[in-house]
Amino acid sequence: MGTFLDYLWAFLVGGALCVIAQILIDKTKITPARILVLYVCSGVVLTALGIYGPIAKFAGCGATVPLTGFGYAIAQGVEKAVDEFGLFGALTGGLTATSGGITTAIVLGYICSLIFSSKPKD
Amino acid sequence: MRELIRLKKEPRISSYYSIVGSHERKGPLGECFDEYSSDNKFGKESWEKAESEMQRLALAGALKRAECADADIDALLAGDLLNQCVGSSYGLIDFDIPYITLYGACSTCALSLGIGALLYNGGMANKCACVTSSHYCSSERQFRFPLEYGGQRTPTSQWTVTGSGAFILGNTGYVKISEVMLGKSVDMGISDINNMGAAMAPACIDTLKRYFNTSGCRVEDFDLVLTGDLGYEGSEILKELLLRDGIDIRKNHADCGLMIYDRDKQDKHAGGSGCGCSASVLAGKVMRDLESGALQNVLFIGTGALMSPMSLYQGGSIPAIAHLVRLESLNGNIS
Amino acid sequence: MNKEDYKIYVEGRATKSKCAKNCIFAFLIGGTICVVGQFLKNLYIYLGVIEQNASTLASISLIVIAGLLTGLGIFDNIAKIAGAGTLVPITGFANAVVSPAIDTKSEGYIFGVGAKIFTIAGPVILYGIFSGVIYGVIYYFMGVL
Repeated sequence: MGTFLDYLWAFLVGGALCVIAQILIDKTKITPARILVLYVCSGVVLTALGIYGPIAKFAGCGATVPLTGFGYAIAQGVEKAVDEFGLFGALTGGLTATSGGITTAIVLGYICSLIFSSKPKD
Repeated sequence: MRELIRLKKEPRISSYYSIVGSHERKGPLGECFDEYSSDNKFGKESWEKAESEMQRLALAGALKRAECADADIDALLAGDLLNQCVGSSYGLIDFDIPYITLYGACSTCALSLGIGALLYNGGMANKCACVTSSHYCSSERQFRFPLEYGGQRTPTSQWTVTGSGAFILGNTGYVKISEVMLGKSVDMGISDINNMGAAMAPACIDTLKRYFNTSGCRVEDFDLVLTGDLGYEGSEILKELLLRDGIDIRKNHADCGLMIYDRDKQDKHAGGSGCGCSASVLAGKVMRDLESGALQNVLFIGTGALMSPMSLYQGGSIPAIAHLVRLESLNGNIS
Repeated sequence: MNKEDYKIYVEGRATKSKCAKNCIFAFLIGGTICVVGQFLKNLYIYLGVIEQNASTLASISLIVIAGLLTGLGIFDNIAKIAGAGTLVPITGFANAVVSPAIDTKSEGYIFGVGAKIFTIAGPVILYGIFSGVIYGVIYYFMGVL
């Protein structure tokens, strides 16, 4: 079930990625929505530059759970699809790799809209 | 009309009625309001319908207290924050009264009282009804994010009040409106929706400076300079910048947005906002004090931020406005 | 006072966010979410799922948890404290999809839920996929050359 170090690195790397975003929110005028876009795109770029892969190797979910990991999954998916299908793969790879997450979110969103109603904060 | 309007025929506030949601009920003024809904829904299935229902209940309450029927009222002046003012239009549809919709964002309560007083002054109306509302949930959806969206509010942001206030202007009552000054829209380049107090303060300063320059009154003549609703940021800016111009309102200033919540305990950041904020505070608290004579002379300035989500996305800054009405007690016995 | 001076004045006196405190909570809660993800991933591997799928499955599990907490009205209360700690992990994405879906059902299932479900998460998907396509094209031509 994994070593203590697995969890420690996941905690530290994941936490650090959140802290960077928090500083951007508090200290700059960048809105949270823009930060998320920035994170996903950074994930793609860092993966393309060969930086994010090694981080994901030792940090595990500390790197794949934050939204940079979403970009990492897209970039990896694109690489795999291009290797397999050529240029056509550039169009299919990204969504294929992230389809699980996106599909879960929208199916869940729909189901939740059937069951729940929104409430004001307590 | 351009500057101060001293009413020759002064309308009185014959009755008033306030209604709020659960957070406002739990605030420092909680006991003052006439009615509240513990789930903020007022028995309706959507937040927009809940807001309309608040307006209906508020006007019905005020009419009942004034012992008026629909046919006695010459004009109904109403407004809210929703697109096309649907909160008012749907809520007040069953009243058989000529209807004027107003939009002045959070200044709408003062605007409705001002226009009502002008109609009365001009002899166009013997009785007017003024109703305004806002609802946290319907505003949040329209101006910010879905209710369940997990975001952190910045400390300068204001919280839209769930509440409504209705007033009947006529020739009976212990409080009169003696002066009206309409605001001019002022844009000082603030574009942060999370700091509307800063966007609105310059408009309030403009109106107050014009008032004190033309009326001959001094700040000391008033028990209360009541702004609605600059919140903490806006109030501090207002007091500081007015002081630089030699007008010191620090001793007798109060802000509806700061009165309605306990900011620290209720986690309301810079305080309340929305047309329902000044309407419910005025109808719930200030009117009572004026009627009893505890307050004699109140300068009420409604401040509004006149932006839309679209104008902000297009990079526009926030124009603001501040309308002023002077309220005087006819009950001389200071209790 | 002109507009520029006023802006500087307002920004200078505005109450500031408690950045240090926010960062601590963001770190602790964000880190914890990743640890939960790691635990789930290890659990799935232990149950015989291959590593690549286990990682995706862990993210999916977090999406389900965050989505349900959003529906139950708990997520926003956690996020108020956690800030970026719940925003940046995939939980923030789940919340961004589920919260408008619930919120807009009063406008119906086509123009409400159907049309508005991506109002917040849409930009993330658009720019994520778009940058992926650009990278794919570059990656292809780098391989050809």
